[in-house]
Amino acid sequence: MAAVPDSADPSKSSGLLGWIDARFPLSKLWREQVAEYYAPKNFNFWYYFGVLATVILVMQLITGIFLAMNYKPSSAEAFASVEYIMRDVDWGWLIRYMHSTGASAFFIVIYLHMFRALLYGSHRNPRELLWIFGCVIYVLLMAEAFMGYVLPWGNMSFWGAQVITSLFGSLPVIGASLVEWVRGDYVIADPTLNRFFALHVAALPLALVFLVIAHLMALHEVGSNNPDGIEIKKLKDSNGHPLDGIPFHPYYSVKDTMGIAAFLVVFSAVIFFAPTFFGLFLESANFEPANPLQTPPHIAPVWYFTPFYAMLRAVPSFAGTQVWGVLVMGSAIVVLFFLPWLDRSPVKSIRYRGPLYKVALAIFSVSFIILGVCGMKPPAGIFPLLAKICTTLYFAFFLLMPWYSRIDSVKPVPQRVTGHA
Amino acid sequence: MRKYCVLMAAALVFAGSATGVASAEEGESLPNSGADIRDVQSLQRGARNYMNYCSGCHSLKYLRYNRMAKDLQIPESELATNLMFTTDKPFDPVISSMPPDAETWFGKQPPDLTLIARMRGVDYIYAYLKDYYVDKTRPWGVNNLVLPGTGMPAVLSELQGLQKPVFKNEPDEHGSATMVLAGVEPMSAGALKPEEYDQFVRDIANFLDYAGEPIKAKRQSMGVYVILFLLVFFAFAFLLKKEYWKDVH
Repeated sequence: MAAVPDSADPSKSSGLLGWIDARFPLSKLWREQVAEYYAPKNFNFWYYFGVLATVILVMQLITGIFLAMNYKPSSAEAFASVEYIMRDVDWGWLIRYMHSTGASAFFIVIYLHMFRALLYGSHRNPRELLWIFGCVIYVLLMAEAFMGYVLPWGNMSFWGAQVITSLFGSLPVIGASLVEWVRGDYVIADPTLNRFFALHVAALPLALVFLVIAHLMALHEVGSNNPDGIEIKKLKDSNGHPLDGIPFHPYYSVKDTMGIAAFLVVFSAVIFFAPTFFGLFLESANFEPANPLQTPPHIAPVWYFTPFYAMLRAVPSFAGTQVWGVLVMGSAIVVLFFLPWLDRSPVKSIRYRGPLYKVALAIFSVSFIILGVCGMKPPAGIFPLLAKICTTLYFAFFLLMPWYSRIDSVKPVPQRVTGHA
Repeated sequence: MRKYCVLMAAALVFAGSATGVASAEEGESLPNSGADIRDVQSLQRGARNYMNYCSGCHSLKYLRYNRMAKDLQIPESELATNLMFTTDKPFDPVISSMPPDAETWFGKQPPDLTLIARMRGVDYIYAYLKDYYVDKTRPWGVNNLVLPGTGMPAVLSELQGLQKPVFKNEPDEHGSATMVLAGVEPMSAGALKPEEYDQFVRDIANFLDYAGEPIKAKRQSMGVYVILFLLVFFAFAFLLKKEYWKDVH
């Protein structure tokens, strides 16, 4: 008896693909997640940073594998092995610069990605869990970047790690033993380097990849937000597709290809012409091997941590302990998780919000950048005062949000998305 | 949309100027050395100068002789006779003949200089080698404007000649006049004319810039082609996007 030809059912695949589809939902996944994932048609400039973060993650994983093939995680050999990569390994310099520039690029892209959420209310119902997964990714990324920064075993690696791990020491009662437990020694030493290597190349990347998958699953479950902050799923055509949606593939796959190309131009300009980026991406003090007997003249973390470092220093010690600064710094991250519930505005997008939120967001953004600058500077002159003011403004943005976002005036939100690129 | 672009541009300009200020402070306004890493002849002279005047004490432990010869277009025959003064093989790195007890002679072991240009910059090296002056209070009778209290003797003084410090009177915070070190001026002539000496140390600084990152010149010339390729790729990606998006209304 002749089987019914596969062509009778257009959703049914044949040949090798049919063989696979009978055993694994390959075509189904492709359809549901890519070819028939309907995204709003009005994505603008700010919507490139999600895909760019994914590109950078993949690039970091691949370059990281090749670096790990040549790197020696031992305090005696780490520094020399990095120079070995830079000089003797074929294309090792390119792999390393891609990885080191990739770390900074990752944070630039993630900060812009998070700012996009603040602009268009992408953290609001029903995307709270999507936002929380993103926050966890951000925290893990900071841990990943910090441990990666220690691996070259330069003098700034060493002293940066010394300062950051000693933060745990300010916790009451358990502090001292906690620091020792984290370091695996009384000071930053060979055991610290070994465990940071293990966490940097195995534990944290694995967790990051899983969370990114969860982040994407949550996104595809609820659907993407858009610059108008309206739910495109509310209005559907006769086929059940959102009226304002277009399939991710091919529309956004080609658009993102263009965005990735533009990103790569800028990224390559840094790699080939300014890989240290004027001492911001690779600090000059880190070209000196770790020296426990010689503190660098000025210890500062890499630029992407400096806003939080400035907050840490902005809080004075009180009742004989420095723990308050650590708590403030920790709260600055924790408060992000509560953002979906702090925002009480009836609208999502900044396009339909009133002046209060716009001003608050502008002050917040400028404060965050100023905090970043303060964290790079020695705590002298105007910088301690600036850091105190901006720390206050940072928290005010979040803690006063339930109030100002509710009383803020709003404009009427349209039914359909407005315009597209 | 335009508003947010303007907003972001403003933030970027702000961040850019902030980092500009940060890097300017690190530079401490040293004079420009004029070193050019693409000038192979300068690098060859720098290698000659370094091997003759510096490598006895300062190793370049991450730089191999034959890598240097290849990058600087020096034939291996020339390398062995003119630039290698130890029993090393061409594939060995540049190791000095300083014994471990050199610390007792100079106060510290003469540092390895492979990465000095990456740590301090070429302008620093150039200024440092030019700014020795006579100071009888120091163990070697000399001091340095750029690195006060330096442990290194003025090994290039036979070429540069000796320099003496220039002081000027400046009121201190209490208003009383104080002698402040303002600069150096020539005291005796050396074997080289001043501009010859400048070129001599410029070549050393340039060579150390090369030693700090041997791929630097090649990386920059390669970058031009990479970016040109990516711009062409971007143009095609842009056209492809335009073609597909024609039917989105």
